[in-house]
Amino acid sequence: MNYLYAIVFIVLAPLVGGLIAGIDRKITARMQGRVGPPVLQPFYDLGKLLEKEHVVVALSQNYFVLGYLVFNLFAGALFFAGGDLLLVVFAFTLADVLLVLGAYAATSPYSFVGAERELVQVMAYEPMIILAAAGFYIATGSFFVTDIAAYPAPLIVLLPGLFLGLFYVLTMKLRKSPFDISTSHHAHQEIVKGVTTEFSGSTLGMVEVAHWYETVFLLGLFWLFFAWNPVVAAIALVIIYLAEIFIDNATARVRWGFALRSIWIVTLVLATLNIVALQLLGGL
Amino acid sequence: VDVLYFLLLAPLIAAVLLYVLPDHPVRDWLVRLAAVVIAGASVYLLATAFDKGTQLIAFPTEPAGLVLEGLGLAVALAILGLSIKYRKPVAAALVLVQVGLLLWFSVVYSPGMHAEHNLFADEFSIVMAVIIGVIGSAICAYAVPYMRTFHEHHPEIQDRRRMFFFVLFAFLSAMFGIVFSNNLAWFLVFWEVTTFCSFVLIGYTRTEEAIDNAFLAVVLNLVGGIGFTAALLWLGMTGGSIELDKLIAGGAAIALVPATLIGFAGLTKAAQLPFSSWLLGAMVAPTPVSALLHSSTMVKAGVYAIVKFAPVFANTLPGLALGLVGGVTFLAASAIAVTQSNAKRVLAYSTVANLGLVVACGGIGTYEAVWAAILLIIFHAVAKSLLFLGVGTVEHQVHSRDIEDMAGLITNLPKVGLMMLIGMAGMYLAPLGMLLSKWATLRAFIDAPGGVIFLLLVAFGSAVTVFFWAKWMGLLIARPNRGENIESRVPRDELAVLGLLAFLVVTVSVLFPWISRYLLEPYVFTLYGQIAQLGQDNIIIMLLMMGTVILLPASLLYFRKGRHVLKPYMSGRATTDDMRFSGSLGIQREMGLHNYYLEDLFNEPRTFRAGVAVTVVLIVLMFAGLVLAGGFA
Repeated sequence: MNYLYAIVFIVLAPLVGGLIAGIDRKITARMQGRVGPPVLQPFYDLGKLLEKEHVVVALSQNYFVLGYLVFNLFAGALFFAGGDLLLVVFAFTLADVLLVLGAYAATSPYSFVGAERELVQVMAYEPMIILAAAGFYIATGSFFVTDIAAYPAPLIVLLPGLFLGLFYVLTMKLRKSPFDISTSHHAHQEIVKGVTTEFSGSTLGMVEVAHWYETVFLLGLFWLFFAWNPVVAAIALVIIYLAEIFIDNATARVRWGFALRSIWIVTLVLATLNIVALQLLGGL
Repeated sequence: VDVLYFLLLAPLIAAVLLYVLPDHPVRDWLVRLAAVVIAGASVYLLATAFDKGTQLIAFPTEPAGLVLEGLGLAVALAILGLSIKYRKPVAAALVLVQVGLLLWFSVVYSPGMHAEHNLFADEFSIVMAVIIGVIGSAICAYAVPYMRTFHEHHPEIQDRRRMFFFVLFAFLSAMFGIVFSNNLAWFLVFWEVTTFCSFVLIGYTRTEEAIDNAFLAVVLNLVGGIGFTAALLWLGMTGGSIELDKLIAGGAAIALVPATLIGFAGLTKAAQLPFSSWLLGAMVAPTPVSALLHSSTMVKAGVYAIVKFAPVFANTLPGLALGLVGGVTFLAASAIAVTQSNAKRVLAYSTVANLGLVVACGGIGTYEAVWAAILLIIFHAVAKSLLFLGVGTVEHQVHSRDIEDMAGLITNLPKVGLMMLIGMAGMYLAPLGMLLSKWATLRAFIDAPGGVIFLLLVAFGSAVTVFFWAKWMGLLIARPNRGENIESRVPRDELAVLGLLAFLVVTVSVLFPWISRYLLEPYVFTLYGQIAQLGQDNIIIMLLMMGTVILLPASLLYFRKGRHVLKPYMSGRATTDDMRFSGSLGIQREMGLHNYYLEDLFNEPRTFRAGVAVTVVLIVLMFAGLVLAGGFA
């Protein structure tokens, strides 16, 4: 494993993630015919959040949110260090559950609903991510990100179904419409502020930073499909993210029941077909 | 070896003493003493025998064999008598079939079959013995204060505590019998004794519901028992060996038929679909009974038998079908658990689900799968016993076993609440035990033949698991009311046992690398000549995570300072301190928080029916596969 990459991730990911968020907001604004905030706006927002008064609803909530940040960082660092993909997935689940517990601990009706909906999200995307990790293993013979990234052939050719499935799930992970069911950037379709309703000031700042880390990790996960050629990979990531922004602006939030069902069906069909095909090919 | 005899006999002696002694505080102390002694002895066995590999013991067949045969018959007659008394024709008929087959076996075949080694101990049976010894005894000790409170709360129920503790300890004895028997005929006797013990314990309150559920348990387990007896008969008819070690060493060629029949018996005992209903019904019993049935005894006997025969199942059609029964049970039971708000039912379905994973591993039967299966057994036993006992304590204090009534438990019963949180985290979160085992399971499934289906079952099943545990944890830490702290009402020894088990959940997870290295890897290596492990790097990272999780609460010290505590956002409505707000028309309403149960998605009867349909087909396939493989020829 390469610990240098882990340190680079820990230092740079918030900058990259924040920048992506800024560009995202700019492009979104243009799509909606607005001028939009400066690209560095997410950092200004964060700075302001950190200055705010320490206000909480329950004393324990910050503890859970800190855990959310720490384990997002931990899982991402493990990924970029080249660690075991399944362990990365489990660490992210732990992080997400901690965020949910923070929302529960706040005991506000709105954050409570947000917590339940966030859990529906976890339930919706978890199978796809586990199956993707399994797919990488079946294709490359290793769970370690180092080995997967060093695989000489283009994995996108071997794992197109898993790629599409993950792309479908990515919308939810990035908290974008139509699957932004627990908390959303679009105020008009939100139940107050969902899972983050009761987080404010530096606590909300931690949630933001954790999300930036997660964004970089998710892009890293997609990188693996194209890792054999960095130029192609970079272009692919740009296209993927632009597509997500477009989908975000072109759709309205769906009901959580629909989100769950559709993601499960997509997962079931695409992952099964891909893995079975892969094993048949491997048997030849 | 002497410790082994001690473990078989000590619980029995304790049981008899407890039955004879009058109702007196001395008896309570005897329970505690016996619990400590048995737990100590099992740990002593672990400490002295873990590095000895498989030890076969040439214990003389007579007179022990005769005594056990008599015991088997006595148990059967007792069930028969009760079936007649309570007019349960199905149970009576099954007992008669069972006794008939058994007599046929012991008259015609048994005299010709000699077991060289009647008893044995290997790493797996030592692990099981420690689970039975430590967790089983802890539950017995917990039962002392619990049963006292139970009878205070339910004066209408006849106090039969003498019988209760007698059966509790006899149960432990029978479980030790199961895990140390190398002679399958002895194995079967102990097996039937556990069926009888659970029958008596489930029917403890003698209400109509309790009696019905006790008979449901006995009927389903007798179906399995008949399968087991059929295995013995088949061995007798074909001149096979009656010794466990010889059968397993012989592999699928000679042992597939008995292994499949015993695997079928294991399915009933481990409450897999379609037989799961008895374990759900068993909840009518006092909570320590549920804790015992779910964690260290009964259902664990079922999966023990299946995992024991795992090498025989590897790469066979019956093994695949058996494993799929487990996999389907895992998914279906997890989904049903989402829809339940009765805490004990959630725990019960979660047990059924996790045992399903163990059965899936056993059916697949590769070295990685066996390794994962034993890990699952260990971690599940610790966490689940903690959760059941926790629910028992909560029920006595809050007077409800509904999860919705546990909202704010962290305020009312902070210690109990914290321990339950540890138990739940232990069931599904990294870096604690069950997650480690699920990880191992996933890896075992990917490499197995037919692995895709298992992979899908476990991927979806785990996601569902996260949902129902996390929402329960959420309710415990939410504080909808400023309730008072009533923890001082909880009996001290109940808290002590809960504390011990919570400590074990964390310790066993930390000790996992050593458990794997000194117990599981040698066991798997002896059977397969290969070693399964998670890898050095991963273990270090897991320990790192564990350290982080343990250290994180320290941040609370910082977060307590200089915080301005406000009320939650209530859309600007005037809200009182105990979260009452003025609703429409000036009516004051109380804020209520309720979990999602997704009943339209995972509807219990529908999911159950679907699961039963699929598993019945799979069981038919299991036996069909046996015929195809030429097993019966």
